[in-house]
Amino acid sequence: MMAVRNSVEALGRGVREWIGSLGYAARMFGAMLRVSGGLWRRLRLITDQIHFIGNYSLVIIAVSGLFVGFVLGLQGYYTLNKYGSEQALGLLVALSLTRELGPVVTALLFAGRAGTSLTAEIGLMKAGEQLSAMEMMAVNPLQRVIAPRFWAGVIAMPILAAIFSAVGVIGGYIVGVRMIGVDEGAFWSQMQGGVDIWKDVANGVVKSIVFGFAVTFIALYQGYEAQPTPEGVARATTRTVVIASLTVLWLDFLLTALMFN
Amino acid sequence: MAPVSNLVEIRNLQFSYGERAILSDLRMDFPRGKVIAVMGGSGSGKTTILRLIGGQLHPQAGHVSVDGELIDTLDTKNLYRVRRRMGMLFQHGALFTDLSVYDNVAFPLREHTKLPESLIRDLVLMKLNAVGLRNAASLKPSEISGGMARRVALARTIALDPQLIMYDEPFAGLDPISMGVTANLIRKLNDALGSTSILVSHDVHESFSIADYVYFLSRGKIVAHGTPAEMMKSDDPYVKQFVNAETDGPVPFHYPGRSLAEDLGVEAAQ
Repeated sequence: MMAVRNSVEALGRGVREWIGSLGYAARMFGAMLRVSGGLWRRLRLITDQIHFIGNYSLVIIAVSGLFVGFVLGLQGYYTLNKYGSEQALGLLVALSLTRELGPVVTALLFAGRAGTSLTAEIGLMKAGEQLSAMEMMAVNPLQRVIAPRFWAGVIAMPILAAIFSAVGVIGGYIVGVRMIGVDEGAFWSQMQGGVDIWKDVANGVVKSIVFGFAVTFIALYQGYEAQPTPEGVARATTRTVVIASLTVLWLDFLLTALMFN
Repeated sequence: MAPVSNLVEIRNLQFSYGERAILSDLRMDFPRGKVIAVMGGSGSGKTTILRLIGGQLHPQAGHVSVDGELIDTLDTKNLYRVRRRMGMLFQHGALFTDLSVYDNVAFPLREHTKLPESLIRDLVLMKLNAVGLRNAASLKPSEISGGMARRVALARTIALDPQLIMYDEPFAGLDPISMGVTANLIRKLNDALGSTSILVSHDVHESFSIADYVYFLSRGKIVAHGTPAEMMKSDDPYVKQFVNAETDGPVPFHYPGRSLAEDLGVEAAQ
């Protein structure tokens, strides 16, 4: 009986804490948006962060995009070849990348690379009392530290996703056309004819912007709310990867259902 | 409005973290132009007082006023306005690790003034010169010692010539030379800027050498106060234990709980 009661209590406590942290995150998000207006006078803060965040992730995203393109080229060819439709390889590679793999894999890699860096950076700033020092200097850390990183993440994500997709298409081309021998004209013309700029490319861009909002905010929130100890920062970094990855996959399902109906 | 003689006043202050009471019924005065030390053991609530004065924490009862303004009633905008007249030196300096020594000191100037970069440069070099680190301007915080980091943080703290400077354990972890240098700087800068300094510390020798007045805090209450000379002669058991670094006294050596005899089962055997 006692064990059941303890379990119910633990469940209730967990749910209460979850709702509490959701409420706190919503308040922080609102406060961050309110102070974001002033950033347009100091665009340098955002562009510096786009540079840092882009640098964090560019190599891993470009290399991953290339290998994903290789695999798509191979797997696509094996499957399409059974039906004599290997000329549609370019279309398959491009649609897979622009609709799904580009935004989703980029967001997952971004969470693992730039997201963890953001969480650790903010968590360590908190542990080193740098955020408190900023507050005592009458400088709002939400405006000076959090908001520029957030908007940089939102802007960087679609750019990185576009790079991922472009490199992926090149990967598919290298394997499909150069190595296997699919007709080059068919590869590009099928792609050109079948990929819709609004339905496919624009929806992919919208997805990556939404993922940029979600992943960057989760990373910053986890850092801002981390316990100011080495263990606390380590836990927050882990939570960033887990929560951001699950959020991306869940949002992808939701957005796909809404966009492609 | 005539300026009040005390820059900071604390009245009937109560503060607790949840159920745990930290400060109770506190009354303190911090006169203008003076260096006031707040002393007490670890966990006595010294740093909490600084955070309440800075508005980073809110009291459950009572109030803190700075230059006549009630800190706990201010909205964020006005709190930040008052904070521009304050400076706080954190225990480990809290320098921004991604910025150079120069940029750390320039930070408050760039955030709060529209001065041209050439003038900011002159001001930063003057502040760094005051703490003896002008030639370390290009170094990163990771390239300087703990004592130097504390002095850079001090230069950053006084960048905007604050009315009130708060020091949180400025001597902790410093070697004797750095400790003496830091103590002298606190006194000299306070007198040169005409500021009021609140010094939270448990280092008796250095604090007594520069403070005009001392408050002793124990378990969230003021147990003694007076000039350093009066405190040295005090008969108060807590002050005597603290000043003479005695092992046992009002602050017990053993953490309260069961006796050794009980733990060893000696009484049960008897």
